[in-house]
Amino acid sequence: MSALIAAEGLHKAYGPTVALGGADLIVHAGEIVSVMGPSGSGKSTLLHCAAGLTVPDAGRVAYAGRELSRMSDVERSALRRREFGFVFQFGQLVPELTALQNVALPLRLDGVSRRTAERRATGWLDRLGLADKARARPGELSGGQQQRVAVARALVADPKVIFTDEPTGALDSIAGERVMEMLTSAARETGAAVVLVTHDARVAAYADRSIVVRDGRSSERAGVR
Amino acid sequence: MTIATAFLALLEERPQHGYDLKRAYDQHFGLDRPLHYGQVYTTLAKLLRNGLVSVDGVEGAGGPDRKRYTITDAGVTDIQRWLDEPEKPDQYLQSTLYAKVVGALLTGRSAAAVLDVQREEHLVAMRELTRRKQGGDLADRIICDRALFHLDADLRWLEHTATLLDELAAELRGTKE
Ligand SMILES: Nc1ncnc2c1ncn2[C@@H]1O[C@H](COP(=O)(O)OP(=O)(O)O)[C@@H](O)[C@H]1O
Ligand SMILES: [Mg+2]
Repeated sequence: MSALIAAEGLHKAYGPTVALGGADLIVHAGEIVSVMGPSGSGKSTLLHCAAGLTVPDAGRVAYAGRELSRMSDVERSALRRREFGFVFQFGQLVPELTALQNVALPLRLDGVSRRTAERRATGWLDRLGLADKARARPGELSGGQQQRVAVARALVADPKVIFTDEPTGALDSIAGERVMEMLTSAARETGAAVVLVTHDARVAAYADRSIVVRDGRSSERAGVR
Repeated sequence: MTIATAFLALLEERPQHGYDLKRAYDQHFGLDRPLHYGQVYTTLAKLLRNGLVSVDGVEGAGGPDRKRYTITDAGVTDIQRWLDEPEKPDQYLQSTLYAKVVGALLTGRSAAAVLDVQREEHLVAMRELTRRKQGGDLADRIICDRALFHLDADLRWLEHTATLLDELAAELRGTKE
């Protein structure tokens, strides 16, 4: 099986700080891979490089066999919009928009009609147990509900990969579990792959396998067992 | 970890007499349970019989304590097998794992590799529990959670220890003198 994402030999420095010193990440279609490691080890930088949000100093990232560095900015951003979904730790919802409008936003930006976008968004809000919150604004939702809206938004465009960085980092353990269960079960149902960055082993345990990043180097070890 | 395995690790480090083995064992592996001389010599006799150690010198006029023991190739293989095999994650894990870390450092092997193998074993167990939990009722979830929290605590200890390996290796080198 060929890899959906193949990031190999990534190096990235910020001034004197080496964030990545030869890191790899291979993700196959539909698999959930967690990226673990202590804080400052380079997990987020690895995720940003793999998703084409950060350009590595050296190394290559290919998505479905196409190297990101060979794409134009327009192609790369279309790829992110159509094929990728993102869930970060905080601050990703637009505060002025309702939950429904937030979830529909990626489709609207991609030119989908309001009607179709909102119908699909409503489906995802239902699926994530938020049917009665469609009209609420982010400020009126709990942290866990906001993260579920973010998960719905990441899934609405039917992505092939969801990139998520400490999605439960700001939540208590029960709300965090609920988010993880919904995220991983939805990903399994739709066949989306997930790259799950976390320092928390209990969160990483929702994945099919784990890699560990230490001092900017990753261990692509031990496959699905 | 058995006394025999500890002896093999100590003998791989360097050939020793029974008396020195007892002292080194008590220091690194015995904690509050020092060995009796009887245990030392029955263990050595068994290791000799199984071909895992041999006598590489006898000084003076007989008496068991005059023999110097050395590890055989089969003994080295035995140690490697022990280090390669992850422990079943259970509540006694940490002391066993600590002994493996010391065993690896004493014999110049990679203690980080020992911890890596164990981390993967723990993560496999945690993924299995997480799957079970998602399919279960509340009681199942809570039971699985207890195991998950314990395994998580082990893993934190493991990460913490991984950052102290150089220091521990230096300390072990210091106590050889
Ligand atoms: N934009 C940035 N500017 C400067 N240093 C950065 C930047 N992003 C990351 N770093 C540094 O790179 C290293 C790795 O960071 P990061 O990838 O965020 O680690 P992690 O996500 O594992 O905590 C850290 O030392 C961090 O301080
Ligand atoms: Mg980070």
